Amino acid sequence: MDHHKFRVIKDRLIQFLVYLALFSALIPLFSILYEVGARGFSTINIEFFIKPTPTVGESGGGVANAIQGTLITIGLASLIGVPIGLMSGIFLSEYGESKLSVAIRFLHDVLNGVPSIVIGVFAYALITRSIGFSVTAAAFALAVIMIPIVTRTTEEALKLVPMSVREAAIALGIPRWKTTIIVVLSSAKKAIVTGILLSIARIAGESAPVLVSMGFWRWWFAGLNRPVANLALNVFIFATSPFENWVALAWGSALILILLVLGISIAARVLIKGRY
Amino acid sequence: MKILRKASLSFFGLKVKFLLHPKNPLKGDYVFKLISALFALSIFLILGLMVYELVKGSWLSIQTFGLNFIVGTTWDPAVSRVFGALPLILGTLVTSAIALLIGVPISLGVGLALSEYLPKKFGFAVSFLVELLAAVPSVIYGLWGIYVLIPFLRDHIYPYLQSVFGFIPIFSGPIYGGGVLTGGIVLAVMIIPTVSAVMRDLFSAVPNSQREAIIALGATKWETVKTVISYARSGVIGAIILGLGRAVGETMAITMVIGNRFHVWPSSLFDAWYTMAAIIANELLEATYDLYISALINVGLVLLFVTLVINILARLIVWRALRLTRGIARE
Repeated sequence: MDHHKFRVIKDRLIQFLVYLALFSALIPLFSILYEVGARGFSTINIEFFIKPTPTVGESGGGVANAIQGTLITIGLASLIGVPIGLMSGIFLSEYGESKLSVAIRFLHDVLNGVPSIVIGVFAYALITRSIGFSVTAAAFALAVIMIPIVTRTTEEALKLVPMSVREAAIALGIPRWKTTIIVVLSSAKKAIVTGILLSIARIAGESAPVLVSMGFWRWWFAGLNRPVANLALNVFIFATSPFENWVALAWGSALILILLVLGISIAARVLIKGRY
Repeated sequence: MKILRKASLSFFGLKVKFLLHPKNPLKGDYVFKLISALFALSIFLILGLMVYELVKGSWLSIQTFGLNFIVGTTWDPAVSRVFGALPLILGTLVTSAIALLIGVPISLGVGLALSEYLPKKFGFAVSFLVELLAAVPSVIYGLWGIYVLIPFLRDHIYPYLQSVFGFIPIFSGPIYGGGVLTGGIVLAVMIIPTVSAVMRDLFSAVPNSQREAIIALGATKWETVKTVISYARSGVIGAIILGLGRAVGETMAITMVIGNRFHVWPSSLFDAWYTMAAIIANELLEATYDLYISALINVGLVLLFVTLVINILARLIVWRALRLTRGIARE
């Protein structure tokens, strides 16, 4: 066999392997979407959305309390995480490069790499040990997870706003800070909202920090110093339980979570198209 | 902008009520910058507090066991109350290594497909699918692992592996379904989107002049791609370490499929084992006395340390690589 033919065959072989790798990487995605879709859909009915967690042995029941609890936890986490992330992003993008901004950006990357279970242990040590297993502790943990994501996406969104827009506003005599709020922030509105949505999608699916800082709860919201139910944690507790009814509920909860994540990811794609 | 900033500094100490005064707009600038800087500085507080709380929480365990905590092989909360985390550290590292062995070649293929092989428009859609894979919550990978992957591996793949490679000790022994290899496979699935996305960015950042030069010499596609890989190689190493960081810290999915058994070394790849993250998730809620809680927080501290080292290393390498390739591309 001559050398040229050998090179061509090798080239084709590698091309085949590359597509094989791509194909095998996507199998789990389709398998997960199919299984969660099929098994989750057969669980979901009206009762699923209006009833709380069933007791052991009880049939039926739903995840209404978990939906309520997840919304409360996400809401509280956003209340802490969004302002910090937003303002940090503004600082990094609008006030120039300095050693401080490089350090801050680096630390956000570091925090982004800290495993969520460690952040859960942090919330446990800081809050749970003093006020008990509570929605406050879980919301704190999720806020810490949110901050680097919101900061990074806000910074990138603001940097995409052309400098000429800022200069035009300043030339009109508008103070710098008003320029930032009225002109820059509002031009980057869509991209910033996208970033916040993506961070919400991320924390909605977090169960490890929720597990160690708040624990499992079968009832409705009962105050900020008590736990609430949580969809992602439900999936874990139900899936590892020996009760058939709970396992079915795990698939239903997983379907809601997947739809939430998919919906937000697709919405983010659509929103982001309109930016600079 | 320099003049504005200097002017605003002289307003330090003025009260906020002057803020909106139309004749002195610079006060507002200063206050707004100060507020955003304070928020931005909170990252120091968060990370500092995290390290402080974890050290404080594990102090009792550090005092009691010292370095024995890292090299000890006993975990006995019930009777002797001795805690040693070596098997957990080994379990974490071995499952992560398996994840890299399986995940890195596939990620390399995906990265290449997205940046070199697929047509641009199609690549965009497939990129979206890969990003979706990254967005699927960990606990759903676990659910899928228990009810779809484990039965499949147990009934079809593992018996076959054992019949072919059974003479090698790591492929012998009873098959439960869950275990070290299953954990590694699930972790591989979870790191592929992260690693391949970084690789795609690295390969896309390679300047076209590199490709054109070697194509002009009559290279095949693969020979061109080889140049691209070697151009981005330091970044590729960074991407792999980044994947390692993700695998080491992964909790829910691995907890659900690894079998959660504490022993120094599993008898085979099919045997159950434990990881640092999994033991925290399983036992922190049930820990009943201070030393037990402290030992679990100590595991968290070790995990934090390991992931910090891995991530900082990876970030530095990826940053440097991206800056280098982009810097050259601009010239």
